[in-house]
Amino acid sequence: MLTFILKRLGLAVLVAITVSFISFSLLFLSGDPAAALAGETASGEDIEAIRRLYGFDRPMLVQYGEWLFSALRGDFGESYYFKLPVASLIADRLQVTMLLGLCGILFALLTAVPLGVAAAIRPNSIIDRLALFLSVAGQAMPSFWFGLILIVVLAIQLGWLPPSGASTWRHFVMPTIVLGYYAMPAIMRLTRAGMLDVLESDFIRTARAKGAGETRVLFKHALRNAIIPVVSLAAVQMGFMLGGSIVVESVFALHGAGFLAWESIARNDLPTVQALILVFSMFYIIFTFLADVLNAWLDPRMRSA
Amino acid sequence: MLRKTSPRAALIAATLLASVAMPAVADEASGTLNVAFTKELENIDSYFNSSREGVVMQRAVWDGLIYRNPETNEYVGNLATSWEWIDDTTLEFKLREGVTFHNGEPFNADDVVFTVNFVAKEENGVKTQRNVNWMESAEKVDDYTVRIKLKKKFPAAIEFLSGPVSMYPNEYYAEVGASGMGLKPVGTGPYRVTEVVPGQHFKLEANSAYHDSPKGQPEIANIDIRTIPDVNTQMAELFSGSLDLIWQVPADQAAKLGQMGQFTVANESTMRVGYLQMDSAGRSGDNPFTNKLVRQAVNHAINRQELVDALLQGSSKVVYTPCFPSQFGCVQDVTEYEFNPEKAKELLAEAGYPDGFETAFYAYRDRQYAEAISSYLNNVGIKTDFKMLQYSALRELNMDGKVPLSFQTWGSYSINDASAMVSQFFKHGSLDSTRDDEVRDWLDVADSSTNPDERIEYYSKALEKITDEAFWAPMFTYNTNYVFTDQVAYTPTPDEVLRFVDMTWN
Repeated sequence: MLTFILKRLGLAVLVAITVSFISFSLLFLSGDPAAALAGETASGEDIEAIRRLYGFDRPMLVQYGEWLFSALRGDFGESYYFKLPVASLIADRLQVTMLLGLCGILFALLTAVPLGVAAAIRPNSIIDRLALFLSVAGQAMPSFWFGLILIVVLAIQLGWLPPSGASTWRHFVMPTIVLGYYAMPAIMRLTRAGMLDVLESDFIRTARAKGAGETRVLFKHALRNAIIPVVSLAAVQMGFMLGGSIVVESVFALHGAGFLAWESIARNDLPTVQALILVFSMFYIIFTFLADVLNAWLDPRMRSA
Repeated sequence: MLRKTSPRAALIAATLLASVAMPAVADEASGTLNVAFTKELENIDSYFNSSREGVVMQRAVWDGLIYRNPETNEYVGNLATSWEWIDDTTLEFKLREGVTFHNGEPFNADDVVFTVNFVAKEENGVKTQRNVNWMESAEKVDDYTVRIKLKKKFPAAIEFLSGPVSMYPNEYYAEVGASGMGLKPVGTGPYRVTEVVPGQHFKLEANSAYHDSPKGQPEIANIDIRTIPDVNTQMAELFSGSLDLIWQVPADQAAKLGQMGQFTVANESTMRVGYLQMDSAGRSGDNPFTNKLVRQAVNHAINRQELVDALLQGSSKVVYTPCFPSQFGCVQDVTEYEFNPEKAKELLAEAGYPDGFETAFYAYRDRQYAEAISSYLNNVGIKTDFKMLQYSALRELNMDGKVPLSFQTWGSYSINDASAMVSQFFKHGSLDSTRDDEVRDWLDVADSSTNPDERIEYYSKALEKITDEAFWAPMFTYNTNYVFTDQVAYTPTPDEVLRFVDMTWN
């Protein structure tokens, strides 16, 4: 088990470095950072001055090496745009994103898993149809649209919630629903399919035959087996939510890490983008790792793998 | 800079408008005006940002030595009480006494000397060098008299000193630097900053000890500024009463908000000019635009009035000069090209392109304007291979001389002097696609003469040649919409600067 973990960790570091190198090269190819930094009002001379000041005239590999060396010592440099340390900038914005991601995935799991189970118990029933409708709608509806509809109804017409911002828990209700709803359909369909599959298997028949209660059969025997792929999926969704809540953060003016990444790319803010990509790729790696551990706990057969 | 306008936005705006049930309730009782910015402001320190939001904050928090009345364009003293040219490159100022910074530090000659000497040094990295690099240094004569030395003759100095050059407290700035100033700004201006969440949230409070400034005294006690990137969300906040004022509102949304009766929609022009830049110098290789007849044909092909009426709307105007009409030196007596597609075709035929030609056409903003321009050009036989790029990418191509034709805009940094636009593009700089020696020499005289008549004379010569030769196709000026609740009274100015000090409650 220890070798397994160490191997996985070593691989994770390599993946993170590869990702950071690719993103660094892409940013470099996408445009002159000096021109982007100088802004729209700058003259050619301003841009030259900036190029010299930041050392953009040096070879890319030298600049990447310099970044990597500092990053390994925990120094992510200063944001070109905000003139603030990247580490504190990201730490600040990540709080919002992580809170939102956590609430979103919880919302998705708490709605999707019960609905998926209910749909599987009575296939083609009203509940199943309703669940299908919800999941199709969730996949089809763009999140910016859903977000604005919620704002129109809950914030403007009913006046229950504030339209945007992040100062109280009430500000997080609508973003959580939008983000969670987007992740919900996949989880629900997978739960339903998994449950249907498991409920037809021999050991469920055996469990019923030996007189186990229906609740015990469903939750102890069936769900435990059906949930395994759902755990992996939820982990990936969680990674996606942390990096990909750009639209939701933009609509609800949340100023999280996703939005920061999006804006920083447009601003060619290299140090911020690099650090964010590193953080996001680490999240993916950690969540898939945790999902493996969790699956191993749920399914003893996986421990030997 | 790029605002999100799309069919999507229009659709949502319609939904939002149809849904309004609640009247807007302003936060007047507590004396707080809630405002939204669209863009994340990088740093409040005005020397270290280059955005419109930064100019807004600069005018609220700091003061310059001189003030230009935005309506009359007249210069009056602000932190200085008087000034005179000692020689062609030396300005002497008498400073106002009894002014204090927000932190209690008294304002005097040391602050001016420190600020000028700091910003004029290139290695200190002031973001927009053009705003400050004409200054050499400053020296103190006595506590309330100071001299600013210029690198060379620069008649627009007064305009710059009334605009982007504001005075910083020497002791405080030396201690905290640009990043400290960005987090806890200290100035002499009508508003003091009480809270900063970088890029997201700014709180201002009226400076009760504000000096007797030509800006006037602040009336609204508190200003609360939040960055809300989505225009639709801004509108929702306005409807729910948690915002009092939004600006830079797209024309279609503004028109609908105006019809609702509970908001004031004010439209004002901005200094931004939209134009077509053509590679007359042939930097991108041999291309049709090196031929004057082709450039004239392009000028005749575009229906400027239709663009203004149908797309830009508001206070936008047709322009024929490569500068904004109110700018000093931007004489309007130049060659104008009326909309005449037949003539354009004839000119193209005469130039040896009876069947037109194909060219790459670039733009970085306002896709719908660029597409309209494209169709005017197609109409006379100029087939365009249209490419929409990010600003920085287009700029890079442009600097490398790889752009035959592009739709560009320039806002002159709100500097009311023709040098801020014409001289940026026609003096053989990296963005000059014309490279005409005569024009450059005239502009050199116009930019550095201290005799206003001579300046006008030489700008006239340059502008006449530029328009005669049809180096560019200048097209229109931009405008912007300000929308605020009926509780707010405000008259916007044509320089696109939001002035909190001029706002009052109704």
